[in-house]
This record gives sequence, structure tokens and C-alpha cells, in this order.
Amino acid sequence: MIDLSSTHWPRALLAGLALTLTACSTTATVAPPAARERSVIAPATPTPYPSTYKPAASVPTLIRGATVLIGNGERLDDADVLLSDGKIAAVGRALEAPAGAVVIDGRGKWVTPGLIDVHSHLGVYPSPGVEAHSDGNEATSPSTPNVWAEHSIWPQDPGFEAALEGGITTLHVLPGSANLFGGRSVSVKNIHAVSYQSMKFPDAPHGLKMACGENPKRVYGNRRQLPSTRMGNVAGWRAQWIEAQEYTRDWRQYEARSAAGAKDLRPPKRDLRLETLAGVLRGEILIQHHCYRADEMAIVVDMAREFGYRVSAFHHATEAYKISNLLAENNVCAAVWADWWGFKMESYDAIPENMILVDAAPGGCTVVHSDSSEGIQRLNQEAAKGMAFGKRMGIEIKPEHAIRWLTANAAKAIGLEKRIGTLEDGKMADVVVWNGNPFSVYALTEKIYIDGALRFDRGSPRELPESDFLLGQPAAAGVIR
Amino acid sequence: MKLLPTISLLGAAVVTALVAPAALADAPGSSLLVRNATVYTMTREASSALAGTDVLVQDGRVTAIGAAVAAPAGTRVIDANGRALTPGIFGGLGHIGLEEIGLEQSTGDYAQRLGQMRPEFDVTLAFNPESMSLVVHRSNGITFSVLAPAAARGGSLVAGLGAPTGLDGSAPAPVRSMFVDLGGDANDLSGGSRAAQFMLLRQALVEARAPNLVMVHDERLLSPSGRQVLLEFLKDNGLFVLQVDRAIDIRNALAFAREEKLNIAIRGGAEAWRVATELAAARVPVILDPLDNLPDSFDKVGATLTNAARLRAAGVTVAISINDTGVDDAGKTRQAAGNAVTHGMPKWDAIAAVTRVPAEIFGVADRFGSIERGRTADLVLWSGDPLDVSSLPELVVTGGRVQTLESRHTALRDRHYERVKAGMAR
Repeated sequence: MIDLSSTHWPRALLAGLALTLTACSTTATVAPPAARERSVIAPATPTPYPSTYKPAASVPTLIRGATVLIGNGERLDDADVLLSDGKIAAVGRALEAPAGAVVIDGRGKWVTPGLIDVHSHLGVYPSPGVEAHSDGNEATSPSTPNVWAEHSIWPQDPGFEAALEGGITTLHVLPGSANLFGGRSVSVKNIHAVSYQSMKFPDAPHGLKMACGENPKRVYGNRRQLPSTRMGNVAGWRAQWIEAQEYTRDWRQYEARSAAGAKDLRPPKRDLRLETLAGVLRGEILIQHHCYRADEMAIVVDMAREFGYRVSAFHHATEAYKISNLLAENNVCAAVWADWWGFKMESYDAIPENMILVDAAPGGCTVVHSDSSEGIQRLNQEAAKGMAFGKRMGIEIKPEHAIRWLTANAAKAIGLEKRIGTLEDGKMADVVVWNGNPFSVYALTEKIYIDGALRFDRGSPRELPESDFLLGQPAAAGVIR
Repeated sequence: MKLLPTISLLGAAVVTALVAPAALADAPGSSLLVRNATVYTMTREASSALAGTDVLVQDGRVTAIGAAVAAPAGTRVIDANGRALTPGIFGGLGHIGLEEIGLEQSTGDYAQRLGQMRPEFDVTLAFNPESMSLVVHRSNGITFSVLAPAAARGGSLVAGLGAPTGLDGSAPAPVRSMFVDLGGDANDLSGGSRAAQFMLLRQALVEARAPNLVMVHDERLLSPSGRQVLLEFLKDNGLFVLQVDRAIDIRNALAFAREEKLNIAIRGGAEAWRVATELAAARVPVILDPLDNLPDSFDKVGATLTNAARLRAAGVTVAISINDTGVDDAGKTRQAAGNAVTHGMPKWDAIAAVTRVPAEIFGVADRFGSIERGRTADLVLWSGDPLDVSSLPELVVTGGRVQTLESRHTALRDRHYERVKAGMAR
């Protein structure tokens, strides 16, 4: 049944609906203007809800003789990859296996960094998509930077293990796009856990989900409140940034007086909404901005300049190809699909060459994202579709280049480029062994390592699903997912 | 920008860019020879592709398939260099030409929301053959799809009548199918219970089959024209396409069809593999989405990537259609078929599932789904493996005409690539 308010979230609805979401983020390589003005801004504890993620025990592992896509644009044929102590220890020819190492025959295989999806709602819109699981949009106010997507994550979502089979080792989980400010987004390692804290990527920056265009104005316009127009969207954002500037100033004054030894000072009252926005102004929280149209993205770029912050990535960004140079000049990534279009007016001009044309600008940062529990299982195919259209227009993208869209560029968009995204020495050993060129519909993951530990092995299928939800379900007996 | 693969123009062949709209094969007396292709004829008799094979199209019809076919004077010759030539691909059951923008109701005509069961609702009257989406999909190798009405909230679980259509701007085919939604997703349309779905369907059949039944108006489910249309549909042994996922619901649908002597196909069928033997015995085809592997509802707890492979292994007829029905979703049918192969479906069967099989199920196998002598030409030459996402069409012929590979999408691409290259920021 077609029903826009259904408790299921078919793909087009997810990106299109009131109950939907998207996010866009900026990267962290350029220090935001306010980064030097670090202040305490008073969380009760330095890192509430801290990560309890611990890499699983691993043995040194040497993958020998494979085609290796490093993630930095390089490709090595007939090369070895050594994982040790959860890190990439070496990549090269004729590496020696340390004592006790497991040696994997990589001949005929391709090795890539673990894939990263910067736009997922796994856990917050989980399977089964029952009403009780609709936890992705706090659509009760257009501005909810106070909510954190991680507090909605249901770790038992079977979508996580399906995504793992697709090679996803890290994902960025966002709130939906009903609101101008949707809330904080979070990076998680794709491991099975009982509590989300055990998945939470250690020391990763939060994102802040913002949304342009149709979704906020539809959700709140239908309730006869601001925003009901695109100009209302912009006014709504600016009003909040002004408040965040005042909040930052109040705290800074307090800290300065406190540092000067003033007595009997009362700290300003904490405000969870403004704490998040102030974190953005300080450069500690990265903006992930859902935005389809080129003209709206250009407005957001100006707004970021007005208030002194940076957009890390525009998400969906179906018209990014119209402003490739603007995005590159401002160091903003575009997280895109290959072939989603026409599900809403603001996606009408989406073209499959979007990722190609974003990449074509000098310094362009293409990221391929999913926004879908199906798409996250085959991000490699999503990129391959774009590559095919690139080839048709005469732009041939090599696998070693395209893999960056799913790894290094994605890591940059969520502020993790120093930790994951390439197979360079010292990075986390998040590694996928494929049975062939991953940019094919016939490619399958064979082995997946997270922090050096083997987390998925197609040759030794699990006897039980990881998700508690699927345990003991008669209908799932005999399923090989 | 119009970069084309290697095409050799031989002999007296006419030199024409492949992308030229409606070139060549549509002029009376014109002819086109695809030389040295790997031809997937997909006929019932065939079981593998023909290597090194030529296909000749004259006056829009396939007139020869074989080795070293002679090219009449004036024939345009395309050297396929061994690449794959298939029938045009199926775009699935959806809203191509029935909606332009998913969320804009003024552009969407795929569902009635009259609050009544109207089996006579014929969605093909809403078909817009000039939607830009037809050109986009056609340029990507899709040449036919099924206009499928949707069971929407405010409407009825009997969505109404739909039909297959070519994507060459021609009228939908005359044959109709009846679309019905069953299961948990349709509970809102059946008073809250899936059990009531069979109750309502039975009442509709009773009303249609006994037009003189005395009933006060308020007790009737169907309008007079609805009874008439449904009765005619039953007499013609029309196809009921039942959207249903849960294994027991499929089993109940099979029993219902047997009792009521209905000709049915299962659509969706996430758990169809669990009742594969019964489906095979009843010779009921399944139109499924091979990517549908998550338990995203309690009707799909048994969803798996191996559904298509298991059904084929049990001898069930399988066609492929993405579950999503938006205007862009048809583009994913071929990718879905490729994934079915990756997860165990024989490749030949997967290609059939997006060519001949849906054409047969929906009654247009004389126009679509296979390459045969005497047929109106419907073919696609691929840059590589026909099911791989890394491949795209180099030549699309449907309705006997060479089709343009340009579309609104390529027009946007070309305009803005120029701006990117010129360094323009906004």
C-alpha cells in the first residue's frame, strides 16, 4: 500500500518524506574560523555517553598477492597487506609474515579499506519498520539540535549485519530531515553490540544534521508555523545561529571572569540546543547538511560565512554538479547517490553523472552515500553506476580513484580522515577482501576486518544471526542473508 | 560530449551518429545490421547466448539472425565486436508515465482515493507518453514496463487495472491486469485485518458473477460498472497480480485462487521461497525484488537475497521488479537482476526475468522480451555484461526504431559540465 505516513520507509519516501532525513557534512581538514577559540562550554562531564568500543582480539594477518586499492588514489597489483595490533602495519610487495600470523591467499582478490557510509539511519529507523521504531525525526519543533541520534539507535537492527556483508565498517547515523536543525549525528563501528556505546567510534566528532528545502517547510508549513517557505528556512537557521553566538559570548565572558579570579560568579544556564550550535561555531561539531538544490546550497555556503562556521558535507546534493567549483573552493564534500531522481521536486534535476562532475572540479570531494538500508549494502555498486555514466561521457574513473568516494573522502566528511579511510600505515585495520573488482554487480565481500579482527567471513557463515530480533523466528529459519 | 564506443561503418553503410534521434531504422526501407554480437535471443527454446552472431533489422523488423548475414545496400552496420545484444529490459511494475514527481500529487495519477473498491479504475488512462522519464529509462536500455495502479490509503485494496506499455511513446498494450494488495501493509484498507481481505475479494467476485443479486445499494461493494468490468475480466481469465509477502498469506492466496478459479501472479513475495513447491505446482509466477532481504515488516521476517535463486531451483517462474514504484526505480531492475545472479540465480534465468518472462506474464511477448525473426525490433547493445552496473547501452532499438541516447539528464549534464570546466562557481 502506498501511504506517505506508513510505518515502513520505502526508499523514495525516506529521502522525500516528512519522516525522512538526510544529512550533509563538512570535512575537518581546514580549521574552522572559530576553532582556536576553544572554550569549555560546560558539559557536566567531558564526554557524556562515552564510547565503550573495544577492538576485538586479533592475530596478525597477512593478505598476500592481491590487487590493493589503498584509498589515497593508489593501486598496487600483486601486493600484500599486513594487519597487526589492529592497525595497518604495512602494504607492499613480498612482506614477511610475523610469527603466528594468519596468511590469506589474496591472489585474484581485491583489497580495499572498509567502506564508510556517511548517511545512514540504521538503528534510528530500523527493521522492522513498525511505528514503535520511528525514532529518527524529533518532528515536534523545527529546531532540535538538542537531540542526539545515538540516543535513538536500536543496536538490534538487522540492517547492521546486512550492511557489514556489503563491506561497511563505519557508518554515520543521522537524525532525519524534518527539522532545520535535526540533532547530533554519530559515527559508529559496524559491530554487533547490546548498547550503542559499544559501537560508538572512539573520539569521533559529532555531526549536526541540518536540512534545506522541502522537508522542513512541508512538515511545519502544514502546521501553520515557521518555516513554511524556503525563506522561512533561512530565517529559522539565522535566528538560531544568532542565539548560539550570544550563548558563546556569555560563556566566554564567564570563563574570562572566572579565569581572572572573580568570585561568586554564576555560570550561564546550560542549554542543550545551544551547546550543540556553539560546538559547531567552535569547529568541534561538523555540519552535515541535507540539501538538494544548487541555489540553496549556495545560500548555505554564504550563511556559514556569515556566522563563521564550515559545512562539512552537503548530503543528497542532487544538484551539486551545478556548483562543483563552489563546493571545492569551500572545501565542502557532496554525499550523493547515482540514480535517485524525481521522488520530489527538489530532486528533479538529479543526474547519474553528479558524482563525476563533483569530482571533476579541482579539489572536488565526492562521497557516495546511501540513506537506505538497501543501498548501504551495495555502496560499491552505487559508485560503479556513476562510473559507467562517467565513461559514457568520456570521463574514465579508475577503481583506485573511485574507492576514495567510499573511503577516504567519506572519512574526511565525518572528521575521521586521520583514523580510517585508507590502508596507510598506522590507520585502523578496517579492511575488506573482495572476490574481484568491487565495482561490479557480481563482486562479493569475502573477509571483513574491523580493527584487525575478522568480523565477517563468507567462507564460514554464522550459524545464528547477530540481531536478537531474528533469533528464534520460525520464518527466518534457513535464511542465508 | 557524445562519446560513442567504437562503431565501424562498413561498405555502403550510412554514416549516422548513434545518438541521432530516431535515426535510420525508422525510415521506410532503411536497414540496420548489428554485426558480430553475442546475442541473447531469450526465446523459450534458447538456453544460451549465440556468439559471433549478426542481427539484421529491416523496416523496423528483425529479418535475419545468424552468421555472416549479408547487408543490403544502404544498410548501416554496427560492429558489436562480441558485445552483448539483448532484448530491451523490463522496467518493472511502477509509475513511469503515471507520475512526474513522487511527492507532488498533481503529477501523480497512479492511485484512486475515492474510498471505494473500483476494479474498473483503469490507470492506463492517466499514462503520459511524453513524460521525460520514458526517454531517460529508454536511453538506459529499458523498453517496456507495467503501469501498475497502487492501493493507496483512501482507496481500496483492489487498486484497479493496469497494463504493460512500451517506452517508445506508443499507447499501453490492450491487455489488462488487476492489481490487489494483501497482507499487513493493506490492513488499513480491509478494516484492520488481513482475513477481511479475502472476505472483501470474495464479496466482489460474488457481486460480479451474480449481477442480478438483489442487494440494497449500501450493502454493495461494487458499482454497476465495476461489476460489469470485473465480470468481463473474469471471463477473459485476466491476471490478478497479488502483492503479498508472508508465506502463509501466499499459501492462502493460492488456495483462494484455486477455489475461485483465478489466474494469479504473486508480486513482492519476500517469503515466496518458503512455499516454492506449492507455487511451482500451481504454476503461479512470482514477480520479486531480489534486493528485498531485510525483515522490514512482520510480513518479511524470512526475506533473503537467495529468494530468486531458490524459487528458480524449485521450478517457479520468476520475473524481477523493484518493490519501489517511483519514477526513478525502474532504473534499478537490471542491477537487481545482477544481484540475483550474485546470490545464486542462473544468469540466463535472471536475464529472462527482466525480458521474456515479464513480457509473457503481462501478455506482450509478441512485442517485448525476445529477439526473433519477424518481430518488431526491440534490442539493446551493451558496453559490457548486460546485467552489470558497469555497463550501459550503446544502441537502443525499440518499436523498430533506433532511439536516442540523449535525454533531459544528458542535457543537464552537458550544460553544467561546460560550466564546471570553465571554472564557474555558481
